[in-house]
Amino acid sequence: MQGLKKTVLGALVALGPAAVWAGYEFSFPKPVTPIAHETLHVHNLFMVIALTLFFGVLALMLYSFWKHRKSVGHKAADFTAPKSRKQWLWTLFPFAALLVLDYGVFGIPAYHAVLMYEDTKTDAELVVKVTGSQWLWEYEFPAEGVKFYSRLATPRAQILNEQPKGEHYLLEVDNPLVLPVGKKIRFITTSNDVIHSWWVPAFGVKRDAVPGFLREFWAKIDTVGTYRGQCSELCGKEHAYMPIVVNVVPQAEFDSWLKSKKTPL
Amino acid sequence: MAHDLAHDLPHADGHDAHHPYGGAMRWIQTTNHKDIGLMYLIFGITMLLMGGAMILGVRAELFRPGLQLMQPEFFNQLITLHGLIMVFGFAMPVATGLANYMLPMVLGAPDMALPRLNNWGFWILPPAALMLVLPFFLGLVGIGPGAVDTGWTMYAPLSVQSGWGMDFAIFAVHMLGVSSILGSINVIVTILNMRAPGMTLFKMPLFAHGFLVTAILLITIMPVFAGGVTMVLMDRHFDTHFFNAAGGGDPVLWQHIFWFMGHPEVYVLLLPITGMVPHVLTAFSRKQTYGYRAQVYSMWAIGVLAMVVWAHHMFTSGMSTGGQLYFMYSTMLISLPLAVMFFCWIATLWRGSLSFETPMLFAVGFIILFGWGGLTGLILADAAADPQYHNAYFLVAHFHYALYPTTVMGAMAAIYYWLPKWTGHMLNERMGRIHFWVVMIGFNLTFIPQFMVGLAGMPRRIPDYPLMFTEWNMLSTVGAFILGASHLIFIYNVWSNIRGGDKAEAKAWEGAEGLEWTVPSPAPYHTFEKQPTIE
Repeated sequence: MQGLKKTVLGALVALGPAAVWAGYEFSFPKPVTPIAHETLHVHNLFMVIALTLFFGVLALMLYSFWKHRKSVGHKAADFTAPKSRKQWLWTLFPFAALLVLDYGVFGIPAYHAVLMYEDTKTDAELVVKVTGSQWLWEYEFPAEGVKFYSRLATPRAQILNEQPKGEHYLLEVDNPLVLPVGKKIRFITTSNDVIHSWWVPAFGVKRDAVPGFLREFWAKIDTVGTYRGQCSELCGKEHAYMPIVVNVVPQAEFDSWLKSKKTPL
Repeated sequence: MAHDLAHDLPHADGHDAHHPYGGAMRWIQTTNHKDIGLMYLIFGITMLLMGGAMILGVRAELFRPGLQLMQPEFFNQLITLHGLIMVFGFAMPVATGLANYMLPMVLGAPDMALPRLNNWGFWILPPAALMLVLPFFLGLVGIGPGAVDTGWTMYAPLSVQSGWGMDFAIFAVHMLGVSSILGSINVIVTILNMRAPGMTLFKMPLFAHGFLVTAILLITIMPVFAGGVTMVLMDRHFDTHFFNAAGGGDPVLWQHIFWFMGHPEVYVLLLPITGMVPHVLTAFSRKQTYGYRAQVYSMWAIGVLAMVVWAHHMFTSGMSTGGQLYFMYSTMLISLPLAVMFFCWIATLWRGSLSFETPMLFAVGFIILFGWGGLTGLILADAAADPQYHNAYFLVAHFHYALYPTTVMGAMAAIYYWLPKWTGHMLNERMGRIHFWVVMIGFNLTFIPQFMVGLAGMPRRIPDYPLMFTEWNMLSTVGAFILGASHLIFIYNVWSNIRGGDKAEAKAWEGAEGLEWTVPSPAPYHTFEKQPTIE
């Protein structure tokens, strides 16, 4: 009984600092699109395999460092290549395993994921055109004739440390993009000047906005909420100051928002 | 022996008569591979300190969100120069310096094959470096727009739009390109023609094999890069539209040209080190290298594959589905020859008689850290998952795990390994060990947080960031300053080794093998006046 109490107490003491660790994010934001779910799944699988391989091989090396030291009088062996059939098998096994890992475990899901990522047209219900400019984003719903700019809303004084920084420092805009939940949305990107890149981590998509060309991707967002991201291709001095904010709302709310945007001011 | 290296280390055998001039003219006119190698090394390490100082400025700014120390324009110059200086100013010259100093010695040759070309190749470098950084220092005193600020990738149209620091960078790239092509020609000619009698290509040390592949890669890629930057120059000043869609060009064309150079460049930095590491491993495991032929074939395989995978840097730029699949699968293929090399390195250590002097520590540190760099490269190859990592700090951490252990730790393993041969003194092992552990702590503390903050969604190349990234960035900055300090320990170690230390035997390390260990330490000015014969 005493032992149990001690264990529980110990666990609590150990968990205490976890609260301090809250600021230390170490994985992707919660995924909300099929692509983001897929990417997180691949990422987790990969991390387990890569860390296992890394620490497995490291353990092997450390064992050798310990066991085969000169200071404990270990005499060097003289093999330089596999000789027997068994040795050949042992030598070739890691490479066969690596091939399976590359082209099977990662390669096959990656093939399907690439096809999924590129399938922007099937069943797309809405088209959004995203145009990057130095240094703001322009969103357009071409079919609806709605077009507006989205700029950083963080006051300059916060950036220059003259005011305390707000909760969404550098991740807040004057006109967020509003999108309906659960609909496949086809995004088309382009740029007015240099290359920008549109990235919302929770969507798992990132695509460059290339001047003079159209690029596309898609997202079907399954959860209502506000999602934030940043430009991720160096585009000049204000590169850090062109954030992306997307409000994902139910269809009815989206419809009325779109209508309000259509009303000439 | 306190006066040894200060000005006359290579005179150790009294060949002073070869220098018609003393002082600076002797160094400007020298055609001796040791002199030139030494100058390359000093130049490279100087640039390492400069590029390092610049990135410490960046890390200091990133310690907290908000703009504290600098404006974004200045920040962009620092990250750009850091990249260009580290790749073209530090990593390549240091590798070329090692090649110059050591190739003739490991091959049993009297000197490099083309000594005057060698001199020219080096002396193009300092003006090129000056070209690159001059606009930066002019900008500091308020003249002009400052240095190139486009990131080292110089993506068009940003590079077309940038100030005249970009023009300076373009000319610097031209000169650096000429320098490395000259150096590469020299390496190839030396390796193919100057080997000791009896040293067939498959008896040649791995160090030479690594450089042979590197030199061939460089000769292939540098002209393409020089052509590419010339196109940027034309777009900037002569009204061409190579990278302007309005005139029928394509900004993404630049990315193809850049990465056709940029990806093989990674292996240009890696292969000399993969050739050198087995020398250190065999010496301190007192055991023959495992799978010599497998390692040679792997280096060639990497050299070939390096040329055909470049667009995996461009998965977010927009590419056909077929293109994505091709570049994904071909990139994965590189993991195989790399795995062969890791296997051979570890098998070389296995059941050896191991001791951990400083060069061995750095070689083993290289294997471990570069292993993680390689593994994380595998996930970046996944074209569908890549967008989540690309241009985020995960990518930054990944390529620093690939490049720092190779170019810096690998070069330090090589320098510590051959230092007794150069100076005639053994290193103070205690200081060497301190250097190693400060590097390990500093490096991991700098870059592990960058993996995390990248996954959380922090883009690279931003001087200011949202609040949720603060904690990791603080840790990373602390790590970066520790890592920066480690290089001062390195300078101190080399300096005190030049000044004195235990006398080094001809064969300075018990398990060392190779022709360079058959001549006295320090090696005579002309290493082999009569070529040794290999059975």
